Amino acid sequence: MKVSIIDYGLSNLLSVEHAFRHLGAEPELINTPEQIEKAQALVLPGVGAFQDGMKGLEELGLAEPLRAAAEKGVPLLGICLGMQMLFEESEEFGLCRGLGLIPGRVEAIPPRPGFKVPHIQWEPLWPAGEKKDFSGSFLKEIHPGEEVYFIHSFRAIPADRADLAAVTGYGGLEICGAVARENVMGCQFHPEKSGPVGLSVLKGYLSLCGK
Amino acid sequence: MEGKKIRLIARLDVKGENLVKGIQMEGLRKLGDPNAFAREYYRAGIDELLYIDIVASLYNRNNLGEILRRTVEEVYIPVCVGGGLRNLEDVRRVLALGADKVAINTAALKDPSLITQVARTFGSQCMVLSIQAKRSRTDPGRWEAYYDCGRAHSGRDVVEWAKEGAALGAGEILLTSVDNEGLRRGMDLDLIRAVTSAVDLPVICGGGVGSGEDLVQAALAGADGVACASVLHYKQETVEQLKEEVRQGGVEVRR
Repeated sequence: MKVSIIDYGLSNLLSVEHAFRHLGAEPELINTPEQIEKAQALVLPGVGAFQDGMKGLEELGLAEPLRAAAEKGVPLLGICLGMQMLFEESEEFGLCRGLGLIPGRVEAIPPRPGFKVPHIQWEPLWPAGEKKDFSGSFLKEIHPGEEVYFIHSFRAIPADRADLAAVTGYGGLEICGAVARENVMGCQFHPEKSGPVGLSVLKGYLSLCGK
Repeated sequence: MEGKKIRLIARLDVKGENLVKGIQMEGLRKLGDPNAFAREYYRAGIDELLYIDIVASLYNRNNLGEILRRTVEEVYIPVCVGGGLRNLEDVRRVLALGADKVAINTAALKDPSLITQVARTFGSQCMVLSIQAKRSRTDPGRWEAYYDCGRAHSGRDVVEWAKEGAALGAGEILLTSVDNEGLRRGMDLDLIRAVTSAVDLPVICGGGVGSGEDLVQAALAGADGVACASVLHYKQETVEQLKEEVRQGGVEVRR
């Protein structure tokens, strides 16, 4: 299975690459519109600031091809900032438009006594709403309560709660841990940095790509 | 309401090809292949790795490249790298080799604007301000920031420096007590209280861990993460044992 990882100049892509290779996939780094058009499975990683991320995608002419690929049904997994960019807009450094593939917005985590920002911690993932487990989503390989590594100062708020694939809590706030809207998926945590549990998340994503 | 939760971090000081450990940052002893230790701690459930090239800032270079490259091929947890990183180019190089964050001490003391440059270029989550704190002999309620493995003093007050670092854009602080380092007799809890109450950033505390009880005390004093070295390297306790003791002390830690 070929997995195309989008390289727009921001991230540590090596770990994402190693993780997919470890799982038997063939990761490749891509940075042109033509490569996105040909991709069978896309991964949008990212750390850092929202506006830098969007600027990086737009300068390489990748935002529009990414939207087109997602609409065509190509599996797309956003990681951390990559997940946040799937949303419509972020309030980071003033309002900034995202890819708009998932309705909703990204806002700053308000600091609370004893709960510092950035939020850097291993947190348990729980199914959202009425669901009892993660079956049917790309998280199907993991169990509720298993912990993954978060490092972020902003949280996504999906407009449609049906898009919420997993949540966690921080200082009484609900944190969107993962989203899934048909073929568009994202995790706020870093699966490539979350040990065996994180690798299982990526395995679940790969199993959906094969179909 | 969630309880206090800490991250358990293995600190691996490296000199050349070897894992080394000293006492109060002096008298380094060679302990073996850093990758072997890293793999073992990963298997046992450590939350994060911290590699410090301990002679790099003395010779102005970082030798960790090859060790780091091998580690990230098989260890899927966050890795922070420090030691001798002087500028954006040095930072870019270790991030490209697979590090997630960089810990900067000496270069930030010499030019605090480097903190802002790293945070702007790579994101504040990447910029860990490393502070080596030594308790003042004349005023025991104060600490001074040191560099070059605790040998050279900067004249800066640790609490003020931590606040300034936070304002300049650091995402995390790595706070090491030079006085307690390597002794395994407990941490400088006054230092931990002073810094964690002064800044809103997560603070990783290190220096002096000898038992799970020390981790509990550090967490209650305000630490968000604790860096462990000798206690693990000399196999006094395993990662699993430390985590179990932390839980028994009423503090949460990843399972």
